[in-house]
Amino acid sequence: MNDQNAYLVLNTGDVLKGKWLSKPIEQEGELVFNTAMTGYQEVMTDPSYAGQIVALTYPLIGNYGCNDLVKESIYTALAGLVISTPCNDPEHYHSDYSLVDFVDRANIPALYDIDTRALTKIIRTYGEVYGKISTKPDDYPKQERVNPLVVETVSVNKMEYYQANGTVNHHVVVFDYGHKQSIVDALRSVGCDVTIVPFHTTLDTILELDPDAVVFSNGPGDPASLSDYLPTVKAVAEMYPSLGICLGHQLIALAFGAETTRLPYGHRGSNHPVKDLTTGKVMITSQNHGYVVKDSTINQNDWEISHLNVNDQSVEGLKHKFMPIQTIQFHPEAHPGPVDTHYIFEDFIQSLSIKGEKQHA
Amino acid sequence: MPKLTEIKKVLVIGSGPIVIGQAAEFDYAGTQACLALKEEGIEVVLVNNNPATIMTDENIADHVYLEPLTLESISQIIEKEKPDGLLPTLGGQTGLNLAMALTEAGVLAQHKVALLGTPLDTIEKGEDRELFKSMMKQINEPIAESLSVESIADAVAFARQIGYPIIVRPAYTLGGAGGGIANNQSELERIVKNGLQQSPIDQVLIEQSVKGWKEIEYEVMRDANDTCVIICNMENLDPVGVHTGDSIVVAPTQTLTDQQHQMLRSSSIKVIRELGVIGGCNIQFALNPDSDEYIIIEVNPRVSRSSALASKATGYPIARIAAKLALGYHLDEVLNPITGDTYASFEPAIDYIALKIPRWPFDKFYQADRTLGTQMKATGEVMALARNFPAALNKAIRSLEIGLTSLQLPGVEKLSDTALNQALGEPTDQRLFVLAEAFRRGYSVAIIQKITGITKYFLDQIKWLIDFELNLAKQTWSEINANQLSQIKKYAVSNKRLAELFNVEEEIVQTKWDERNIRASYKMVDTCAAEFSADTPYFYSSWYEDDEVEPLVGDKRVIVLGSGPIRIGQGVEFDYCSVHAALALKHQGIEAIVINNNPETVSTDYSTADHLYFEPLNAEDVMQVVEKEQAIGVLVQFGGQTAIHLADDLVKAGVNVIGTDLELIDKTEDRALFYQLLQQLNIPHIPGDAVMSIGDAKETAKQIGYPILIRPSYVIGGQGMLVIQSEKELEQYVANLSKQTPSSRLFPLLIDQFVEGIEVEVDAVCDGEDLIIPGIFEHIEPAGVHSGDSVAVFPARSLSKQEKETITQYTQKIAQALKVKGMLNIQFVLSPDRETIYVLEVNPRASRTVPIVSKVTGVKMVELAVRVQMGEHLRDQGWALGLHQDIPFYAVKMPIFSSNKLPGVDPLLSPEMKSTGEAIGLGKTVEEALAKAFGWKGESLLPVTAGKGLFLSLSTIDDKLVHALKHTKVALSATPDTADQLAEYGVNVAHVLTVEEAIKAIENEQFNLICDNQSTAIREQGLVNGAVVLSYPETLIAYLTALDYRDMDIATLASYRAETNALTSISRNLPLL
Repeated sequence: MNDQNAYLVLNTGDVLKGKWLSKPIEQEGELVFNTAMTGYQEVMTDPSYAGQIVALTYPLIGNYGCNDLVKESIYTALAGLVISTPCNDPEHYHSDYSLVDFVDRANIPALYDIDTRALTKIIRTYGEVYGKISTKPDDYPKQERVNPLVVETVSVNKMEYYQANGTVNHHVVVFDYGHKQSIVDALRSVGCDVTIVPFHTTLDTILELDPDAVVFSNGPGDPASLSDYLPTVKAVAEMYPSLGICLGHQLIALAFGAETTRLPYGHRGSNHPVKDLTTGKVMITSQNHGYVVKDSTINQNDWEISHLNVNDQSVEGLKHKFMPIQTIQFHPEAHPGPVDTHYIFEDFIQSLSIKGEKQHA
Repeated sequence: MPKLTEIKKVLVIGSGPIVIGQAAEFDYAGTQACLALKEEGIEVVLVNNNPATIMTDENIADHVYLEPLTLESISQIIEKEKPDGLLPTLGGQTGLNLAMALTEAGVLAQHKVALLGTPLDTIEKGEDRELFKSMMKQINEPIAESLSVESIADAVAFARQIGYPIIVRPAYTLGGAGGGIANNQSELERIVKNGLQQSPIDQVLIEQSVKGWKEIEYEVMRDANDTCVIICNMENLDPVGVHTGDSIVVAPTQTLTDQQHQMLRSSSIKVIRELGVIGGCNIQFALNPDSDEYIIIEVNPRVSRSSALASKATGYPIARIAAKLALGYHLDEVLNPITGDTYASFEPAIDYIALKIPRWPFDKFYQADRTLGTQMKATGEVMALARNFPAALNKAIRSLEIGLTSLQLPGVEKLSDTALNQALGEPTDQRLFVLAEAFRRGYSVAIIQKITGITKYFLDQIKWLIDFELNLAKQTWSEINANQLSQIKKYAVSNKRLAELFNVEEEIVQTKWDERNIRASYKMVDTCAAEFSADTPYFYSSWYEDDEVEPLVGDKRVIVLGSGPIRIGQGVEFDYCSVHAALALKHQGIEAIVINNNPETVSTDYSTADHLYFEPLNAEDVMQVVEKEQAIGVLVQFGGQTAIHLADDLVKAGVNVIGTDLELIDKTEDRALFYQLLQQLNIPHIPGDAVMSIGDAKETAKQIGYPILIRPSYVIGGQGMLVIQSEKELEQYVANLSKQTPSSRLFPLLIDQFVEGIEVEVDAVCDGEDLIIPGIFEHIEPAGVHSGDSVAVFPARSLSKQEKETITQYTQKIAQALKVKGMLNIQFVLSPDRETIYVLEVNPRASRTVPIVSKVTGVKMVELAVRVQMGEHLRDQGWALGLHQDIPFYAVKMPIFSSNKLPGVDPLLSPEMKSTGEAIGLGKTVEEALAKAFGWKGESLLPVTAGKGLFLSLSTIDDKLVHALKHTKVALSATPDTADQLAEYGVNVAHVLTVEEAIKAIENEQFNLICDNQSTAIREQGLVNGAVVLSYPETLIAYLTALDYRDMDIATLASYRAETNALTSISRNLPLL
């Protein structure tokens, strides 16, 4: 951290002046904002932010420090961090080091002293914004679209295996498009052994693993750029009880013939109201997505919309009418954010138990 | 679910007069809720006897009852109005207690009135400690080990089990009254005894202390569909041990991890679900700073001071939404009015920090105990919004109006290190400034953290600010560079502070920004951190950032200055005036801009003005808004002294201060000029002089003759004002005063003859030529009692036609001489022989009594004043000019004191104001109005019967009192002196008691009523034991009259007024406000 000026140069023509929180590292990325008021470390370690420069709308960041326990992935995938005011000398019984230490260790560019509210309004107005973190105010970004290969940068290269906490009831395979560790933790907490497999894993491999269920994880980027893998997604989902989360939800929808589109400026934060259309209840969810399933393209003969966003009525969840496939756009694993929808994991696992045997569609 | 169709008429109970622990936040909540109900086509019946509120305006509810908040009165209202539902959660503890009483008495069942919103058993679970405890155990939520006891012995026994320190919380008391922290058995015994007396059910909770843990609050809402949302969480700077109402609080929490936040969030939701709250709920937690261990301290299943703060901190209108939920709506069916196209079922995200500092009354009550504990002592609060903590802190300190520009409190630099250490260890209103001083002396954060228990983050921020200032001051002002300038304003350091630090003129300081053409930028409060577009006109300043405030489009914009935090002498009535001033501007098609910093009030509701700036009321902050908005002028008459005091600086800065000329205002404030003016106008003033030495004082006093009224010239209000009977007392007074006052400011002292005659008061609207006086108030107590503390009758009951004419003439002369445009308040005193009418005081601004006059006469004084100020003529307004005819009913204004919350404050009435609020009583006769005013709540008009009698201790007795005592059957006790005097008049006293015996008898609760002007000890004991304590025989006579009155009738304000309008209104009806 130093007093040297740094710039966030946007393709909209706007240039925001700030200072280096990290060492000077110039980098481009898609601009997004997150409105959560706590959970900066969870956000920074969420692989779904790969390729994105994340602006935190809450202005005071780093107050309770950082540690090695809060980690949604082993890497810090985001392209950059932009904040207003950092705290350099945090105190919390869990804190091991400061935000500055964190960005230095992760080697990501980070700016402070930026008018993040003004930036948020720019993103809200233009929707798709690219920018460059730079030492020069006229260093405009070259990037024009989301990197179609971004998932490759965050998915595991080879399988990883985790044991359940306590009694093992099931074995779940997680297709990794850039999964959050909290998804694995949530599955382990409800008695699942978890095998994480690379995003390009084939049906044969899955058959060999012989799981009780499959989870399609969250991840970064445009789901349409993964079209090559949709046949596998469809085949696996038809064979195993499946849960899709965020990008995983979008991929299953695409695999079954629906379309996705870009949201004007995304849903990123811990305060998004979602209505469960089965129960009529509204829950507050944690969200992080820039794309959404178009409701008009859903085959309503086979699928029902199970969840809707209260504010913009966008699709937040789908349920197959005949097969045990459920997908959700939000993050029931929380971290950051409310745990109101944790029951999704419990219900999913419960549904496996009730059936008593493997469900092959 | 759509709204409940069977509910068509709803009764709302207000919270009554303002007392410590229950203040203007309920005017804000109640007003919002009533309007939300009306929006749904509900017929709203409102009962609230606080006349100074917006809530009791006639357009807020369909039927407004300014009637006592008693079971009897509300039962009568229910019988008459037959509402379908009752909404009890908006009137604070008062509203809840009444709803419970109505249920228990079977009134609600008998009249088939449904209780809306949160069910009654929920309220009981929240209030009854034992029920609450067992419920928490059931759902596995941690609470402090505790036991409800009804005796001291049980308390002591339980303390032995769990160990000290121990918290004592009396059941069902306001603001935790009567509670405290005990460190040993003797303290425990004392606090429990007091607590049992304060609790209406004689029960206190004895609880394990988690003193030193972080105190965290959650504001939660739940609908009938079980959807739960957190509106806001808050973190107290002061760790557990200081009442949250007395704590400095920030929103959102600053030092909790997401996992801790989610843990407490989930716990809050679990609790609100188990309770079954429909609407808003406040949950207070203690969180161990060294682990994730927490306990739930308290749950308030209703709107509260914290919910008002949360509403203003986030923009989310909790009370409004709660009212909709009570009608059956679900959160996802109610639009978020801030964005207009998202729904209420979300959790606000904010992109600034909100910081609240309480406003304590110790500037007036310097003899009171300043220690803060579980019993709330603050009368009001300020909030500041900023993009960082130091800026929020600086703004909040400026907003307090305690003469400070920064963390530097003059005097603390003189404390010895030992005294400083002691002051650090003891939470008081001054501790913030004490720890700033400690940083200046080089104390480390670690040491201060150890002593105070305050979380390091906050101490770091304070230390940073101190160091920043110290570093700046190493340079000269001319050396300060552009980078420093930007830091200075980003952290909201004021020009006044810079002028102090650099020893330069404020104007010179400002030139650096003027040269660079840099002004404050403003940000919007939108509930969503800019995620959605919003057009809420609610802003705060941030410097060196993007200014997102679009200028108003109209061609005329006028600023209304609010009145800041509620304090003794400046209460909710000035918020009433500010709100009406803003509305009046809007009615005339002029865009209204309000500046204020009080989070509890209606004036800071985002819907009151066209633009609302949540800012300190300092010249510099106001000037930034004036320039930003290019306002054509500023209205200063409606925000009490706060606004008037800014007029000077604003005029100097070239701002058009609308209304009375500043020079002419000075004539009312400078005593010499004032007396000169009165002499010119041939109006009598009380003989007196300003003296420059003790010798002069004695000389002048001798000339005038004792008793004299004396006060220092540098204070406003009645502070330091005293009636002096002899030269000896005069010497003592000067000696005492010189202890607290630097000698340079001690003189001049103002000495006046003390005329103990009838005091009367008028509020007038003037346009420079004509004036309207809707009526005259007559005080029950003689001059010498602060007008804010006297019981006052409207219209005046004992004035002759001639006297009224004289008063009108004097008012007219003064108004014309001062060329008053707008409001004018004049206080008069009639000489005891009633030959002379003296002018005591002239206030060229709206006064405390304006809301009452406006309500009972229908003359909307503020609206008229604003119209006049904007160029209209009074004669065109449709009202008769001059003094209006008496209204055909009576209104009695009753001052309400919070003395039992403030140990060490003597309830003796004096020229210094002590009351925190007022109640009103309306009646066809003075007697009826007095009965309702004294009986403003249950057990405020206690009978004086055998075993619970009247105790008298008065220096002199007169015929009138004797007559009243003879007329009323009272069980009378008195001191030997008083008994002797009474005997001379042939009045027998049942028990003659010495002061010591009397105190014993009071402790044993043998008296319901005490009238004493001789012994502080007797008065204070009376308060402790729940007796009515009076100090003037005139008040006692009025009390006995009230006690004697039977057959109270209830009626709406409109029906009282039905005949009045015809008397005074000529033709045109003014638009309803």
